[in-house]
Amino acid sequence: MTPRLAFTPLTGLIRLIRPKCEKRLFLGSVRYLAIPPLAVLATALAFTVLALAYTFPPLTGRVVDDAKIIPQTESDRITAKLASLESKSGIQIVVATINSLGGDEIEPYANALFRAWGLGEKSKNNGVLLLVAPKEHKARIEVGYGLEGTLTDALSKIIITNAMVPRFKTGDFGSGIERGVDDIITVLTTDSSDWQQRPDLRIVHNQDSTFDELIPFIVFGLFILILYLLSPKRERGNLLSFLLGMMMSSGNGRYRGRYDDRFGSGSGGSWSDGGFLGGGGSSGGGGASGSW
Amino acid sequence: MSSSAPNFVQFSSARAAVSRLRLFFILATLSLTISGCGYNTIPTLEEQAKAKWGDVQNQYQRRADLIPNLVATVQGYAKQEKEVLTAVVEARAKATSARIDASQLSDPEKIKQFQDAQGQLTGALGRLLAVSENYPELKSNQNFLALQSQLEGTENRISVARRDYIEAVRAYNTSLRTLPSLIWAATFFRGNKPMAEFTTSETAQAPPQVKF
Repeated sequence: MTPRLAFTPLTGLIRLIRPKCEKRLFLGSVRYLAIPPLAVLATALAFTVLALAYTFPPLTGRVVDDAKIIPQTESDRITAKLASLESKSGIQIVVATINSLGGDEIEPYANALFRAWGLGEKSKNNGVLLLVAPKEHKARIEVGYGLEGTLTDALSKIIITNAMVPRFKTGDFGSGIERGVDDIITVLTTDSSDWQQRPDLRIVHNQDSTFDELIPFIVFGLFILILYLLSPKRERGNLLSFLLGMMMSSGNGRYRGRYDDRFGSGSGGSWSDGGFLGGGGSSGGGGASGSW
Repeated sequence: MSSSAPNFVQFSSARAAVSRLRLFFILATLSLTISGCGYNTIPTLEEQAKAKWGDVQNQYQRRADLIPNLVATVQGYAKQEKEVLTAVVEARAKATSARIDASQLSDPEKIKQFQDAQGQLTGALGRLLAVSENYPELKSNQNFLALQSQLEGTENRISVARRDYIEAVRAYNTSLRTLPSLIWAATFFRGNKPMAEFTTSETAQAPPQVKF
């Protein structure tokens, strides 16, 4: 009698939970699990809103000619070159021309645009943005984290001053941009053995490795094993039927969401029916700017 | 009596096992619920802010690493600008010594010292670049041009890193003051102080004055 009295609060709690059975309780906590991803989503949304303090053109293709300064033939050639580069190396270059910087400098604008579009693969950050603001007479090559070691600030500066600015001065934007793109591709692909071995400057740990993917299952399996061993023989049947019920009723939600996620942000950018997509890469302000 | 005694023992041990099992369930559910209710928010944001601070410090270090080369190059063409060159070297020494641990980020005094030291270096560098405009040979030196563009790139990285850090600090400080994470801030994370605001000081942000 005495030990029972001592455990009254605990047994009371157990009784409170017991009648409705553990299954519902567990599903309830699964619902709570959705909160951290939601928080992440909210933060991402906040960042997007922050980025949208500028008005960015939509990412419609590899050449986003909002200022209408690139002739169609050049634009097509550039697109083809950039597509072949991405299919070979995964590097995603996008050319953008804009009507207005919104009164800001080109550097913060380019960085915000790069991040808003998410150029390059998320795990490699191997994107490059070539931004031209003809009205402000400014151009910038914004380099993703992962390519900073190859396409250095000094090289970007040389490309802008030598290949682009002289042509921009004469108003020949099409060929200036094409030459700039050619030079960037040359820098990125020359001595490829060198840049392929270069360690990634910044590795974003998302669920890429299969081991990371398996960890939750391993933990869950161990958890079940311990439960099974702990429970008396009489309860084992109950446990198994409970597990079975749980698996059958919870095969939706979290699981599928994660897989959708992976497909959505798969490799690099790709042409899907929705249009051209960035891969979620980021930039920390590498590259160079120039004016004419 | 003799027949009921073993029965009772068996019964109570089974009972103990069952309640152990339930305890296990409760603990597991509780831990899931706690982490679901934002217990992890504060440490996560704190670590993020610290990582961003690491980026800021790295970029400043990168700038400091460029300076000896820059000074050597300028010296080759403009020996007479001793005053400006010494100012840069001294400001660099001061700036590299002013490092901040991730644990000192809530100390506004430390942050201010760091900002002042880096701001002084920015000013000294600006003067150096302005002075170098007077030396056409230096201006056309390839090495100098490369260093100059690297310096520009680094200044830009610094401003990006600073912006990211300010944003991370804002998120962390907000989590200490708003629900639901406020509950954890008031109980388990009572020792967590808001991080000091990293203001964009005027001297650091002003572009170097170029005199002709």
